[in-house]
Amino acid sequence: MSEKMLLRGSHVYAEAAVRAGCRFYFGYPITPQNELTEYMANALASLPDGVFIQAESELAAINMVIGVSMAGKRAMTSSSSPGISLKQEGISFLSAMELPAVIINTMRGGPGLGNIAASQGDYFQATRGGGHGDYRTIVLAPGSGQEMADLTRAAFEYSDRYRIPVIILGDGMMSQMMEPVEFPDPIDPKSLPPKPWVLDGAKGRPSRVIKSLILDTTAMEEHNWKLFRKYEMIEKEITQAELFLTDDARLVVIAYGTASRIAKGAIKRVRDMGLRVGLLKPKTLWPFPKRFLLEMSRVVTDFLVFEMSTGQMLEDVKLSLEGRRRIHFYGRPGGIISTPDEIAKVINNIYFKEGLETEV
Amino acid sequence: MKKVFGKPKSLKDAVFHYCPGCGHSIIHRLVAEVIDELNIQEKVIGVPPAGCAVLAYDYFDIDIGESPHGRGAAVATGLKRALPDRIVFTYQGDGDIAAIGTAETIHAANRGENITVIFVNNGVYGMTGGQMAPTTIIGQISTTTPGGRNEKRDGAPIDLSEMLALTNGTVYIERTAVDTPKNIIRTKKAIKKAFRVQMAGLGFSLVEVLSPCPTNLKLSPVQANEWIGSTMTNYFPLKVIKDKVGKLGALPHLE
Amino acid sequence: MAAKSKRGLIKIDAELCKGCYLCESVCPLNLISISERLNQKGYHPAIYIEEDIGIEEHKCKGCALCAIVCPDIAIEVYRE
Repeated sequence: MSEKMLLRGSHVYAEAAVRAGCRFYFGYPITPQNELTEYMANALASLPDGVFIQAESELAAINMVIGVSMAGKRAMTSSSSPGISLKQEGISFLSAMELPAVIINTMRGGPGLGNIAASQGDYFQATRGGGHGDYRTIVLAPGSGQEMADLTRAAFEYSDRYRIPVIILGDGMMSQMMEPVEFPDPIDPKSLPPKPWVLDGAKGRPSRVIKSLILDTTAMEEHNWKLFRKYEMIEKEITQAELFLTDDARLVVIAYGTASRIAKGAIKRVRDMGLRVGLLKPKTLWPFPKRFLLEMSRVVTDFLVFEMSTGQMLEDVKLSLEGRRRIHFYGRPGGIISTPDEIAKVINNIYFKEGLETEV
Repeated sequence: MKKVFGKPKSLKDAVFHYCPGCGHSIIHRLVAEVIDELNIQEKVIGVPPAGCAVLAYDYFDIDIGESPHGRGAAVATGLKRALPDRIVFTYQGDGDIAAIGTAETIHAANRGENITVIFVNNGVYGMTGGQMAPTTIIGQISTTTPGGRNEKRDGAPIDLSEMLALTNGTVYIERTAVDTPKNIIRTKKAIKKAFRVQMAGLGFSLVEVLSPCPTNLKLSPVQANEWIGSTMTNYFPLKVIKDKVGKLGALPHLE
Repeated sequence: MAAKSKRGLIKIDAELCKGCYLCESVCPLNLISISERLNQKGYHPAIYIEEDIGIEEHKCKGCALCAIVCPDIAIEVYRE
């Protein structure tokens, strides 16, 4: 482990990626994540095996990632909402070809050009595949500087292990915050185990093809189910969530990223007033921590989904609970950052409207 | 009697699915012959297009990585940057490279990526049934220009190779054709030079090959070749468009 | 005295042939014509008219222009 460093969120992602052995980064300028791209430019320029290209578009960048990934090396790209839209074709292809890649989305207000403030409007895009076809990508949601470091390291490991693109879903607020962070020891990319499926010139072996075109429909169906079985395995193995004060909770807030930080502040305030409220903070948005929710719903009667959007994770909560408990929603799209007081008020209103018991 | 002409080693035994008289099969053969002669079968990685040649992976006995439509130059950039001592080439049609892939191609060329691009120009979108392509010529009939390409409505045909020559990163660009035996031999020479430019680490090389699509031109193979020679070359003259490398001597450390 | 040019012969794989007849159009000695029978793909394949003649009487010089233009690599060329 390194010593504690005080770093801006965008820089945390980049430093973590380099320490994970990533030597290939392709990006394009877009607010509010330019610091990530610039850090990579500097970091990779000072490494003998580092390759940084400012690509001509976010679209070109994801395709460069495809090329490096085919060659078996760790590669990353990053952007913010509109630029991530441009990458969807590439992400669909990466998924189909089972190629590893890490994509960091620093969400901003949308849709369209939107604004440069923090939002959580890309949840559907990230968790439902995003591009065309029947696929999913792992989606990780850090909620602090330390988690940005830890989950970036995890992203590269999961990506290689499962041969799947991994999206890290952050937002404009977290990318600008500075928090103390400890990094794990750096990985030398040469020490990573070789991959048996890469394209590197057919020397001493039969030639290989990496493709996603499968004209035969029977074979294509089998390929889709093969991906699906992989997704089931991933769900069993890596689903993660943080539980905050949920043991005796009557109402549980569900929030991720910046929203979870605000929620924690709100929960501390209402706990002081005797309300039994906790937080379920998903760290994997795909796979969604459905089991955690189901387990909790045996006792918890009310769930409040708080998102910086008009309600996207809300649908996964509803799907998970299948009508078992009451689900409430509070959302602020467009880049508005709620205050803990505001959320505390919302929690308070729901709590008393539903007649939940307090600690006297 | 000794055999003086046969199938190159770098081509699999698969039977070509291409139409009778299609230029793709000739160009595939030339690329494979060059790979054999340069002895790079174990070092080369190909990036085929979306288009009729998407099935190139069935034919070339080399490592092949499929690219989304038009993005070949960006995928090849990633591959070559990751594996600088391998030979990376793209094989792209006119729609792939000069419509949807224009930006990626121009920028890879501008960066001087050390890759080789084989640009197969048949003036039409073949696989999808004969729609107008960026290189369809004025008056040429296609399924989306039923009255013939109209300059006012559709623009004139685009000369991507000349555009690329304007960027600093390109070092060798030649336009050839496969409509006659002489031109086929010239095409092979150009492809060989382009690969050797890459092997010498000199920069971005491209060979544009005018190629017949008899099916969508609605001509016989012989007529399609005549059309190339008499008409298409008026818009796309066969010539060396750019050559900053000159004559390449032997490359003893590479070949 | 001019040196006698080498004799050659070609072999056309009728099942690979797609009847494009580019070979027929380029042979400088008109030694290729079109078969009346159909191959398995349904094309009338090109045929080498000297196929059944003794080698000493072949006019073919093995110039390989036919093979160079054949898109389907259906022609092998042999030369002395």
